[in-house]
Amino acid sequence: MSYVAIKGGGRAIAGAAAVTEYLRTEQGLDNPAAEPLAIDAILHQLRHLVDRVVSEGGVYHPQFAALAVKQSLGDTLEAAFALRAWRSTRPRLSATPPLDTSRMRLIRRISSAFKDIPGGQMLGPTPDYALRLLRLELMDESPEAFRAVARDWLENCPEADLPDSFPKVLDALRAEGLLPPLGAVRDEAPFDITREPLVFPVPRSAALSTLARAETGALLAIAYSNMRGYGDVHPTVAELRVGYLPVLLPHPVTGELTEAGEVLMTECEVVAMFEADDAGGKPMFTVGYGACFGHNEVKAIAMAILDRALQKGMQDGPENPSEDPEFVLLHVDGVDSMGFASHYKMPHYVTFQSDLDRLRTTRQKSGEPA
Amino acid sequence: MNAMPHTTRGSAYNFGFLDEYAKKEIRRAVLKAIAIPGYQVPYASREMPMGRGFGTGGLQLTLALIGPGEVVKVIDQGADDSVNAVNLRQFIEMTCPGIATTTKTAESTLIQSRHRIPEQPLTATQILVLQVPYPDPLVVVEPSEDKRKVMHGEADYSRLLVKLYEDIVQFDEITISHRYPTRINGHYVIDPSPIPRWDVPRLNDAAALTLFGAGREKKIYAVPPHTRAEPLAFSDVPFRVEDFRDAAGRRRACARCGCTDSFLDEFVGDAGSKTYQCSDSDWCDEQLLQAEHAQGEPA
Repeated sequence: MSYVAIKGGGRAIAGAAAVTEYLRTEQGLDNPAAEPLAIDAILHQLRHLVDRVVSEGGVYHPQFAALAVKQSLGDTLEAAFALRAWRSTRPRLSATPPLDTSRMRLIRRISSAFKDIPGGQMLGPTPDYALRLLRLELMDESPEAFRAVARDWLENCPEADLPDSFPKVLDALRAEGLLPPLGAVRDEAPFDITREPLVFPVPRSAALSTLARAETGALLAIAYSNMRGYGDVHPTVAELRVGYLPVLLPHPVTGELTEAGEVLMTECEVVAMFEADDAGGKPMFTVGYGACFGHNEVKAIAMAILDRALQKGMQDGPENPSEDPEFVLLHVDGVDSMGFASHYKMPHYVTFQSDLDRLRTTRQKSGEPA
Repeated sequence: MNAMPHTTRGSAYNFGFLDEYAKKEIRRAVLKAIAIPGYQVPYASREMPMGRGFGTGGLQLTLALIGPGEVVKVIDQGADDSVNAVNLRQFIEMTCPGIATTTKTAESTLIQSRHRIPEQPLTATQILVLQVPYPDPLVVVEPSEDKRKVMHGEADYSRLLVKLYEDIVQFDEITISHRYPTRINGHYVIDPSPIPRWDVPRLNDAAALTLFGAGREKKIYAVPPHTRAEPLAFSDVPFRVEDFRDAAGRRRACARCGCTDSFLDEFVGDAGSKTYQCSDSDWCDEQLLQAEHAQGEPA
């Protein structure tokens, strides 16, 4: 009887949760060697999953990001979603001043604009030039061999005397007058997308923070459309840096800025072809900026390109989808878009009944059998 | 209510899940929405632990308004036992200890619903919260929110009326089935959420406050009590609700309770036969109870 089908919803939900939990633990069936995935193992061995989840979740909490990865069985959309929902329960207690990324403790830093840069190119951990050959030896890696790798690497690592900060490549161009000065931008209070809705037109800081926690694939797809020809940013990566940025917060008693910790982040600055000033000023390069939590280079590059494209769109009016702030900013959030795509799985039979009524009435009127 | 976060004893989460600042912001948006009937008030919608599109806007309204002594009813497609309604109700029970939930429309003080307005007329002591996927009725004619905002401000709904007119020219009938554009208090046209046309007249001059929450689109709007709500129509083409008459022109009845004036769900049997039942499950139960009382003994 159909009526019964809509009863028992609670039991169905509990059953779905139980069978999902079965899938998570199935490996343990008659297998004494099976162990639950340790949060620490996810943090270290699946670190780019964690990077992606802290970035798209918009909260720098690597442990909870790893937990979210674990409970969502590795689904990054779901994991970022869980982290974002947890964030909703936290009040905003304090805000950092703008942080100076030249103070990042770098693990990687490159520029494609110059052969050498002040402070030097530092390739760091990257798969960029690795051959994507399956490493079959990892299929059955022994714990002893696994532990030896990191130990041996550290032992053979030469002492490096790295400076505390590296100059920004853009600073040199700016000093030459080839880039617009920073000044004016810094005085604006940043737009907090977690406390204010986007009502267009929005300031650039709203666009940047929306892009910073956007879903990586969504950003990449729209940025790629610009790279391929639906747009004309033609970027050069002036600098891409990955590292740990000290976070400064006002001390709760003295108000003095105090280092509260550090966050791993990726920052990308692209330089695009120059524009002449309408007022007859000197032509200058333009800049696109990307930054996000975690080590997510493709995301930071895509973001920098979109920042440049959106600035162009805000100034001259959008000619391409990637230059339209509404189009880009309202469609890149993973939590929003995955939620809405999923919601179509929910019952819609009342609205479908209305649809049937309209279709049948219309067909009757046109003389066709309903 | 003060704005300091307070944690419910024994729970990792604040009463009502959201922190108090978030609730306060939502209540402010609600007050503005009531003051400007039909106007979509933007607010910084929080992420909830269920999917965007599953009622996060309605849920934020419910959680911001809920207080001790509240009696909450949650329905989806008219049914209290639909999976999503069960899910939302369980979440509300979990995060709001001390409140009561019910399936009875008459007993409830706060009703969160997706796609239906209960059949039984609501009273001045009740609030109806509707979940909204698309808050803006103009989205069918104008994709840019920036431009739509200006159109709303100027009460410029000409393109929407042209769409209705084109429907009549092409199909001899307005083809909008649900989410029927409805003018509130003579100015703003709202998307009344995906309720069937059947439910739209119930917004007009209602005794209860109706609040609309669009979580993903970050908008809250309201139809305050005793406010005009007029579905868009033409003087010679009136607004029409769903037609539940059979081929012989008789009004179909609910196969369970026999009601002939409720919105019906259509069920297709294995042999292709069709049966109809009340979509509002509490209404259906109440009709059955009344029929039993009328007969003097339980059936």
